[in-house]
Amino acid sequence: MKYGYFPGCSLKGTGRAYEESLLPVMQHLGIEMRELDDWSCCGATAYMAVDEGKACALAARNLAIAEQEGHAQLMAPCSACYLVLNKTQHYMAEYGAMKRLVDKALGSVNLRVTRPTPVRHPLDVLLNDVGLEAVKQKVTHPLKGLKVAPYYGCQIVRPYSTFDDQADPQTMDRLLESLGATVVDWPLKTKCCGGSLTGTLPKAGLRLAYILLKEARKRGADVIATVCPLCQFNLDGYHDKIAARWEPVRIPTVYFSQLMGLAFGLPAGRLGLQRGFVPMKPLAAVTAA
Amino acid sequence: MAKQEQEVRIGFYVCHCGTNIAAMVDCPEVAQFVGTLPGVVLSKDYKYMCSDPGQELIQQDIREHRLNRVVVASCSPLLHEPTFRSATEKGGLNQFYFHMVNIREHDSWVHTDRAEATSKAKALAQAAVHRVAHHKPLETKRVSINPTTLVVGAGIAGIHAAMTIANSGKKVILVEREPTIGGHMAKFDKTFPTLDCAACILTPKMSDVGSHENIQVLSYSEVTKVDGFVGNYTVTVKRKPRYIDEEACIGCQDCIPACVFKQPKFADEFNEGLGKRRPVYIPFPQATPQIVAIDPNTCLNFKKGEDGGRVVSDKCKKTCVEACGDKNAIDFTQVERIEEYEVGSVIVATGFQTFDARRAPAYGYGRFPNVYTSLEIERLVNASGPTGGHVVMRDGKSEPRSVGIIHCVGSRDKKTNVWCSRVCCMYSMKLAHLLKEHTGAEIYNFYIDVRTPGKGYEEFYNKLLDEGVHFIRGRVGEVTDWAMTPDEEGKLVIRVEDTLAGYVRRIPVDMVVLATGLEPQQDAQDVRRMFNMSCGSEGFFLERHPKLAPVNTFNDGIYIAGACQGPKDIPDTVAQAGAAAAEVLALIDKGFVEQEPNTAFILEDECSGCKSCIPLCPYTAILFDEGKGRAYINEALCKGCGTCVGSCPSGSIVQNLFDDEEIFSEIEGVLAYE
Repeated sequence: MKYGYFPGCSLKGTGRAYEESLLPVMQHLGIEMRELDDWSCCGATAYMAVDEGKACALAARNLAIAEQEGHAQLMAPCSACYLVLNKTQHYMAEYGAMKRLVDKALGSVNLRVTRPTPVRHPLDVLLNDVGLEAVKQKVTHPLKGLKVAPYYGCQIVRPYSTFDDQADPQTMDRLLESLGATVVDWPLKTKCCGGSLTGTLPKAGLRLAYILLKEARKRGADVIATVCPLCQFNLDGYHDKIAARWEPVRIPTVYFSQLMGLAFGLPAGRLGLQRGFVPMKPLAAVTAA
Repeated sequence: MAKQEQEVRIGFYVCHCGTNIAAMVDCPEVAQFVGTLPGVVLSKDYKYMCSDPGQELIQQDIREHRLNRVVVASCSPLLHEPTFRSATEKGGLNQFYFHMVNIREHDSWVHTDRAEATSKAKALAQAAVHRVAHHKPLETKRVSINPTTLVVGAGIAGIHAAMTIANSGKKVILVEREPTIGGHMAKFDKTFPTLDCAACILTPKMSDVGSHENIQVLSYSEVTKVDGFVGNYTVTVKRKPRYIDEEACIGCQDCIPACVFKQPKFADEFNEGLGKRRPVYIPFPQATPQIVAIDPNTCLNFKKGEDGGRVVSDKCKKTCVEACGDKNAIDFTQVERIEEYEVGSVIVATGFQTFDARRAPAYGYGRFPNVYTSLEIERLVNASGPTGGHVVMRDGKSEPRSVGIIHCVGSRDKKTNVWCSRVCCMYSMKLAHLLKEHTGAEIYNFYIDVRTPGKGYEEFYNKLLDEGVHFIRGRVGEVTDWAMTPDEEGKLVIRVEDTLAGYVRRIPVDMVVLATGLEPQQDAQDVRRMFNMSCGSEGFFLERHPKLAPVNTFNDGIYIAGACQGPKDIPDTVAQAGAAAAEVLALIDKGFVEQEPNTAFILEDECSGCKSCIPLCPYTAILFDEGKGRAYINEALCKGCGTCVGSCPSGSIVQNLFDDEEIFSEIEGVLAYE
C-alpha cells in the first residue's frame, strides 16, 4: 500500500515525535509513505479564519503537488492539516466561485487540481486499509495492563466525520485494544484541549487542558493517547502552569503511534518518547504490575 | 381501421397553463408553427385548455371544422388525458383519436432557456401530429371490481379502514405481521392532548375487528406477493407458524404459567424489552386475537443441534401441552403456510418505525442505562406495563427525581433524518406530564422549536407550562457521565446551549428520555416494490397528489393510510384511514373500471406458430391453438407491456395504441424537426 505523505509543519517541529514513531510503525506494517516534494503550509485554522480564499489556495497547492506526483491518496497525520485539506476539497467541490479562485491562483504557478485526491488520516488507513488483524499480528509486546485514555480532539471528527463518529469516535479505541491495552471509558474524547487559547488566553485555554487531564486521572488512566500535535502539546507542555493554578495532574500524553511502536517491539529510544515533558513509565514497569 | 383513407383533419391546441408553460415556451409561436404542418386544419393557443371553455372549444371545433383528430400540448397525460379524451368524445369522435403532448413536466418546468424550450415544444408537437394521423378508433374494456379488500397492517390506520369498509357490508382481509393487531398505539399509555387512555379507546375497536363477521384477521402473517390489477388482485400471504392451532385455542392461557420456565426470562418485545416473557406468551392482556404464540427462538422444543437441525431439549417436559389438555391446541409440527386471496383493492397501512437512538451516540443510549427511548417510557408509565406503572429506573428500585426529555432525536438533522416527525413535541409533553404525575420529578424539555399545530395542542403546551415543566430552547450537545462538580456525581449531565438565556448549561438529571423520531419501516422498499408504489426521497410511500389525492397511489386500486405515508398523529391517521376506506368503497360501488385498450393481438395469418412469445409473457396471457397451429392472446390477461410485440420474429404481434405506424411516424415527426 502506497500513500503520499503530507507531514505539515508540526511533524517537523513540536510534533516531531509523531513523525518519528509513525514512519517506522507504518513501514513495519508494509506501508509506503512518500513525502511530498516542496510541500507548503496547510494554512491551518488561523489562515482559514483570516481569508478563506487564500487559505484554500495555499492548501490546494499541496493537493496539486500530490496529483502531479501521481499519488492516488494522501496521508495527513496532523489533525489541522487533515481538516484543512479536506475542507479545501469540500469547498472546491461545493462552491464554483472558490474553485475558480483556487484554479486561478494555482494557474499562476503552473499547478492544477483536476481530480479529488482522497486525504486520509492514519487511523482511517490503519482500521480500513490495513485492518486490525494485520496490526494484531505485528504485536510482540502487548500493552497488557496499560490503561489508556483515547483522546481524539476535535478536528478529525468535526465537521467531517468521514471515518468515525463525531460524538463517540471508536477507531483509536479499537486500535488500542488490538495492541492489548485497556481502554479507559472516558467521555472527553473530542472535547477541546484549549487549542491556541493556551497561548493567547491562558486562563481559558489552560482550564480546558486541566479538565481533560483531571478527568483522565480520575478514570484511572496511566497515559493519554492522542492523534494531534496541538493536543499533545497542550496536554504535555503546561503542567507547571496548571499545577500553579489548580493542582498537579502529571499524566503523560503520547501519540497512538508511539504506543504502536512499543507494542511492535520497535526500539523504545527511537520512537520520540524522550521528547515528552511528562515521561511515560517504562512499559515493563506497567505490565509487570 | 377501415376508414383510414378518409382525409386527416387535425385540430391542435397548445395550453399556456397560466404561466406554467407560457413563461418558458412561446405558445403562439408553437401554434403558428404547427398550423403549417400537413393535415393540420386549425392550430390555437389558449390560456387554460382544461377549463370548461377550453374543453368546449375542442368540441365546437370538431363540429364546425369537421376535425377527425385532436392534439393538445399541455401537462402530463397523468393529469388531464381523461379530460381531453372526454372532450373529444363529446365532440363526436372516438376518444382514441386524441393524443396528448407533455410540454410542462417534460419541457417548461425543466428548462431555463426560452428559445430552446420553445423548439422542444415544437418538435414534440410535430411528433404528435405525425402520430395522431395513424390513430385508430378503439373501445375501452370494462373490468369488474372484486368487492373484497385487503388491508395490510393492523395498527390504528388498518383497524379503522377495515372497520369502515366492513361496516358497509363488504368483506375485508386484514393482514398483520405481529401476533396481535394494535400496532404502536396499543403500546401507548395516554394519548395527547386529551390524555385519554390509549388502550381504553383502542382495545374495544380491536375486539370489534376480531369478531366482525366481514373481517378476516390474518395475524402473524405477511403479504409476500401481489399479482393482477385494479379490481382483480391475487395476493399471496405467508402464515407464520405460531405453533398453536388457532381454531382450537380458546385463549385460556393455561399453557403460559405451565411452561418449564418458572420465571419469565426473555426480553418482551411488546414492553420494549423492559419486561420479560416466557417462550409461550401473549403480547398483552387485550391482544387480538386472544391466541398465544410460541417463540421458536426461545422455546426448548426448538433448540438447534450442532448440525443446525432441531433437537428437543430433555429439559422441556411439554408441560404446556399437558396444561392445554384435550383442547390439543399446541402443535409443534406447524410449518409456514402459503395462502392466496382474491381482492379488488388494497389499503397499505404498514406504519412506521422509531428512529434507532443508537444512531445518535452523543445521547448515550445503550451506554448509559438510564437513557430511555420514548416508547420505553410509554411502557414504563403504563399500568399494564412491566412495572405496573411504577416509574423506576433500570436498577429496578429508584425513582427519578429529575428527568431530561430531549426532543428531535434523529429528526431535523442533516446527519440522520431531515424531516420533522410531527408527533414528538406533543408526545414529549404528554410524557413530561405523566412522569411528573407519577414521580413528582423536575422535568426539563430540550427543544429546537415547540411545534403544536393541532386542535387543543397549544392549550396542552400552556397547561404544561402551568404545571411547572421546564422548557429549555437548545439542541442538546451531549449526555455524559462526566461530572465537574460534586452534585453532578452519579448523574447524567445534559450539556446544552440555552439559546434563550444565551449560555452553555450543564443540567444534571437522573433519567434522560430521547424523543425519537418516526421513519419508514425497515422493509418499506420491499413493500413499495410489491405493490408497485413510489416512495419519496425519505422513503415514505408517495401519495398520488400531496393535496388532492393524499391516500391514492400511482397504482390504481392501491391506497395508503397512516404513518407509512409520512409521520402523523392518531387523529390524522384515522382521518386518512377513513378517506382510504371511502375511496375503496367508491370503487366497489361503481363496480367496474375502464381499462386502456392498449392490449396486444396476433395477426393470425402471419403467425408462424413458433411459440417463442409464449414463455416471455409475464402474465401468461398468450396461449396456443393446437388446431390452427397459431398463438393467440387472452385480452383479459394482457397488460400491454409490449414484450411479445418486440420479440415476435415474424412481426405478427401488434399492440393497440403502439402499432408500428404510430411509433415510427412519431419518431419521424420528432426527428424531422430542425
